[in-house]
Amino acid sequence: MGKLKIVFNGILKENPVLVLVLGTCPVLAVSVSVAGALGMGIAATFVLIGSNAVISALRKIIPSNVRIPCYITVIATFVTIVMMLIKAFVPSLYAALGVYLPLIVVNCIILGRAEMFAAKNKMLDSILDGIGMGLGFTLIIVIMASIRELLGEGSWFGVSIIPEEYTIGVMTRSPGGFLTYGLLMAALAAILAKKGKKPLKFSTSNGCADCPVASACNGSHECEEGAE
Amino acid sequence: MAKSLMIILFTMILTENYVLVRFLGICPFLGVSKNLSSAVGMSMAVVFVMTLSSAATSLIYNFLLLPYALEYMVTIVFILVIAALVQLVEIVLKRYMKPLYNALGVYLPLITTNCAVLGVTILNVDNGYGFTESVIAGLGAGLGFFLAMVLFSGIRIVVNRAKPPKCFEGLPITLVSASLTSLTFMGFSGLVEGIFK
Repeated sequence: MGKLKIVFNGILKENPVLVLVLGTCPVLAVSVSVAGALGMGIAATFVLIGSNAVISALRKIIPSNVRIPCYITVIATFVTIVMMLIKAFVPSLYAALGVYLPLIVVNCIILGRAEMFAAKNKMLDSILDGIGMGLGFTLIIVIMASIRELLGEGSWFGVSIIPEEYTIGVMTRSPGGFLTYGLLMAALAAILAKKGKKPLKFSTSNGCADCPVASACNGSHECEEGAE
Repeated sequence: MAKSLMIILFTMILTENYVLVRFLGICPFLGVSKNLSSAVGMSMAVVFVMTLSSAATSLIYNFLLLPYALEYMVTIVFILVIAALVQLVEIVLKRYMKPLYNALGVYLPLITTNCAVLGVTILNVDNGYGFTESVIAGLGAGLGFFLAMVLFSGIRIVVNRAKPPKCFEGLPITLVSASLTSLTFMGFSGLVEGIFK
């Protein structure tokens, strides 16, 4: 696989948010302002690159039956580093992201990529995969935040664009998050259908297929029973 | 005391509903709400684990992390405690409470990486809750999850019968209906403070 292809894979073809449908919680919660979304994207990218690199380097040492706790520990370490850095240098961002910053630990994108990619590939490729996935995540979360901030607050990156009396307040509240995400997904499906490409397959058959962790566990263990 | 606990409980269930207002635990919300019985099973497991892990992490934070100035370890310690707790609960249930295990067992492993569980334990610390408050907050968050899951699985039955435009089929239309459900929960804002004034 070409090195560039690994990076672009994460941005388009396997976009973690719109195609793999991973890490939905931070995408919905943090996309109320472009600045916060960008911060979240960069923080998650940093954790992804770091954890992918370490897990890939240790992939021959970690025993396979305790691999998930090992991955979680590595990821939690990087999240703690990011939290300390942000708290020290950008306290306003730390306050804006709140509980969603430590929750990067349970972001399925990171655990999913550790399991799907880093555990099977060389270190350099894993780092590139982390960069691609991180950029794909950041791209979508910033697009969503742009839409929501523009319609809800009438501004973009804090710069006022639309007068306040024409804004739709609900867009920055929780319903706006679900709505924007749904519409973006529908738009992507429509564009793909128009181009004659196969429409995105959203599995609807059972609980496991929809569970974003399923792609990490490949429906191989307990998850399979969960589908009953 | 009882009044402030009631406020925490109902705030967690209605105004600060974890799924529909705070966006925590969206993955199982979208994945497991397909039919009522699995929604109920999953939610029961979440209520159970949230209450237990709130209790456990509250004790660990107050008696282990705080005295030794290890607050920065919160994320790592809590996620490992939750993972260990889920394993432990699974083993205990399997051994001593077979019927309960049959009902909840399959959902337990999915809960370890559920951001709602880690979320509630971290928010307990952020809010400075003591032991009782943490347990009540965990219970309330779990019940709120239960309410959202059961409501939404009912709504999904109707949504699945409808025929949306092709590009909206599957997840997009589900997200749009989740948006409308969440809109109704906005109506609860201010309710709890009003009642327990």
